[in-house]
Amino acid sequence: MNARRRKLLKQGGGVTLFALLAAAGWITPGEAAAAESWNKGAFDTHSMDETMKALGGSAPVPSKDITFFSTPDIAENGAVVPIGITSNVPKTESIAILIEKNPNMLAAVFDIPAGTDPSLSTRVKMGQSSNVYALVKADGKYYMASKEIKVTLGGCGG
Amino acid sequence: MADPMKIRANAVGDSTEVKVLMNHEMETGQRKDAQGKAIPAWFIQNVTATYNGKTVLDAQWGPAVSKNPFLAFKFKGGAKGEKVTITWTDNRGDKRTDEATIA
Repeated sequence: MNARRRKLLKQGGGVTLFALLAAAGWITPGEAAAAESWNKGAFDTHSMDETMKALGGSAPVPSKDITFFSTPDIAENGAVVPIGITSNVPKTESIAILIEKNPNMLAAVFDIPAGTDPSLSTRVKMGQSSNVYALVKADGKYYMASKEIKVTLGGCGG
Repeated sequence: MADPMKIRANAVGDSTEVKVLMNHEMETGQRKDAQGKAIPAWFIQNVTATYNGKTVLDAQWGPAVSKNPFLAFKFKGGAKGEKVTITWTDNRGDKRTDEATIA
C-alpha cells in the first residue's frame, strides 16, 4: 500500500514539475514541439518528386521571382558552398534548398513567419557539380528556381 | 555543451539583420573513418530565432548544411539594445541557446 502511494506521488510530482517549468517559461510548448518537428521523411528523399510528396506539396511551378544571390557558379570547395535565396513571391511561407546530386536531396527548410524578409543565406555541402533548387512555398503553392553550381575539387578547375 | 555561437544583429532602417555562426561538426553519416567504419551522423536539425518572444525564423536542417553553419536573415522591427535569441537542437538531442544584443 505504502509503496503504491509512493509511486503515485512520484508520478504526480513529475507531472507537476513539468507543468511548473512550462508555466515558468523554462519549457515553452513551442520549443517542445520544435524539437520533434524535424521532417525525417523529407530529409531521406532522393528525388524532386519524393521530396515534394514528403513535404506534402504538388509539383512546383518555375518562377522568375526567386533569385539566388552571393551564390557562385563555380565552387572551389564543395564542403562550403554559399547559397543565398531571395523570394519575391507574395506571401512566402517557407524556403527550402534542394541539391539534386547529393545523397539526400533536401538540405534545409526555413519557415518564414510574417515580418521576416523572405531572403536568407547559408552554406551547404555539395558532393559534386549539380543543380541547386530553391523551393518556395507561398500561399499554399510551391514555386522553384534552379541554378547549376560546378564544384571543383582540389582547385584544378572543372 | 557545445561551443557558443557567434551572433551579430544590426539594426538597418526598420529591420534587423542577423548573422549567425554556429560551432558544430555537422557530420553527414556518409563518411568513413580510417578503419572503414561509418562515422555516425551528427548534425543540427532545428534552428529557431526569436525576438521579443516571437519566432522570426524556424529552420529544419539536414546533414547537407556545412560544418560550423552560417546563417543570415533579416526581419522587420527590432531596436538597438534589444535582444535576439537563437536556439539549435541536434540529432543527439544536444541543445544550445545564445542571445545577442541588436547594435
